[in-house]
Amino acid sequence: MSLTPRKDLLDIASLTDAEIEFVLANAEPFKDLFKRSVKKVPTLKGRTVLTLFYEPSTRTRSSFEVAANRLSADVTHFDIESSSVVKGESVLDTVETLESMRVDYIIVRHKQSGTPNLIARNTRASVINAGDGWHAHPTQALLDAFTLREQMKDLRGGRALIVGDIQHSRVARSTSLILRRLGMSVAYLGPGSMMPRETPSEVPVFGNWDDALDWRPDVVYLLRVQSERLDEPFFPSAAEYHKCYGLTDARVGILRERGLWLMHPGPVNRGVEITDAGMNYERSLINAQVENGIAVRMSVLYWLKPGAME
Amino acid sequence: MTPTPDRLHTLLDASGVARCLDAIADAVHERWGSEPRLALVGVYQRGVPFARALLERLRARGLEPDFGRIDITQYRDDLQTMTVLPRLEGSDIPFDLEDAIVILCDEVIHTARTTRAALEELLGFGRPRCLQIAALIDRAGRELPLYPRYSGLQVDLPAEERVCVRFIDGDGVDEVFTCPWDKHTA
Repeated sequence: MSLTPRKDLLDIASLTDAEIEFVLANAEPFKDLFKRSVKKVPTLKGRTVLTLFYEPSTRTRSSFEVAANRLSADVTHFDIESSSVVKGESVLDTVETLESMRVDYIIVRHKQSGTPNLIARNTRASVINAGDGWHAHPTQALLDAFTLREQMKDLRGGRALIVGDIQHSRVARSTSLILRRLGMSVAYLGPGSMMPRETPSEVPVFGNWDDALDWRPDVVYLLRVQSERLDEPFFPSAAEYHKCYGLTDARVGILRERGLWLMHPGPVNRGVEITDAGMNYERSLINAQVENGIAVRMSVLYWLKPGAME
Repeated sequence: MTPTPDRLHTLLDASGVARCLDAIADAVHERWGSEPRLALVGVYQRGVPFARALLERLRARGLEPDFGRIDITQYRDDLQTMTVLPRLEGSDIPFDLEDAIVILCDEVIHTARTTRAALEELLGFGRPRCLQIAALIDRAGRELPLYPRYSGLQVDLPAEERVCVRFIDGDGVDEVFTCPWDKHTA
């Protein structure tokens, strides 16, 4: 199967089924590369990849940087903290500067939904959305689908329970969408204050673990409780959240009994959404998600072409 | 089965392909008949059935070479200008390359750019003791100084013709013919 390259990756919704399959299929040979003595291919030799993160990130940025390095790209981080951005430079002025530097790929994270789209419209570089506001985190969704498919082979008919702050989560939006596109049923569990006002009609919403587990999921996907939410009145306290919605040791026992997979986009808050027992759970795919993130991001970089027609 | 492009000239029919494969297998056997670390590596796409056909013949001569395949897509020097991207097949070298004697198999060697890419990809897996090249068709027109140690047929063709190789393993027939250049045929 061959495919026409695209310029940008901004969300899951705009991808065709063939494009999703192409990215997931190509991630497999990229993952095989990690076993070799030389973990590098010349795919992006001479190309410049720039990470432009307006929000803090350790793992996503590192994952993109490792992916780009393994494709032999030149990788640069645009340091927002020490740049003219803190002096008030607008996003588009920054992009104009980057355009003059002739970078080929811009990996963007921004707290404002839609910023990557805005940048993409104003540069010939390929733009990859590495998370924008509550909107989308497409490479996380692709790596989640890839990781789950490694275990379940065929996702059709499978069930995924996403637990936590759905309303404020770009991960929940993108991962829920891709899993449903690949034939899974998805349900949400979390406090009512953290549920979107509107959810797709095919997505059941649960308020407690008992009802959610009665729905018989194959995988439990925990979302990180963002620290800023702990200071807002979405739930009484971290301890209360843990008791009602966290993966307690007792709930780990139920997952083990039923053989359910466990996922989390990281970084985790131990004692809030997960415990040490949850982190050590033998069917946890959390480390696999990290490793697969590099392969999937390599696959995305392989597919996108700066200046390609949209 | 791949659709047959417009045929200009037949270079080898099934018996001709068999004769070439036998001659290459004889030459490899003569050189490496007592070598325990022999391996054949096919270059995806049709270097793979070519290597498999050689493997069968070497087995018939009492050898048991290792077998692998490599995908050179990421080493293509035209990758960044391609308007349609191929799906990656991935390389598979399921044996230890260190100290092995490797015969790199491709159905045609022409400019040798594919061969250069294949060598780069292969050497990412390790350091063989010796690496030689086998090609069913050795076409004149080298752009890089790489030459096959084993070849079935040497040809010099007009620039507007390309060599099409078909193997019974995958294409349903063994034959080699020339056809006009066409981006849709391979």
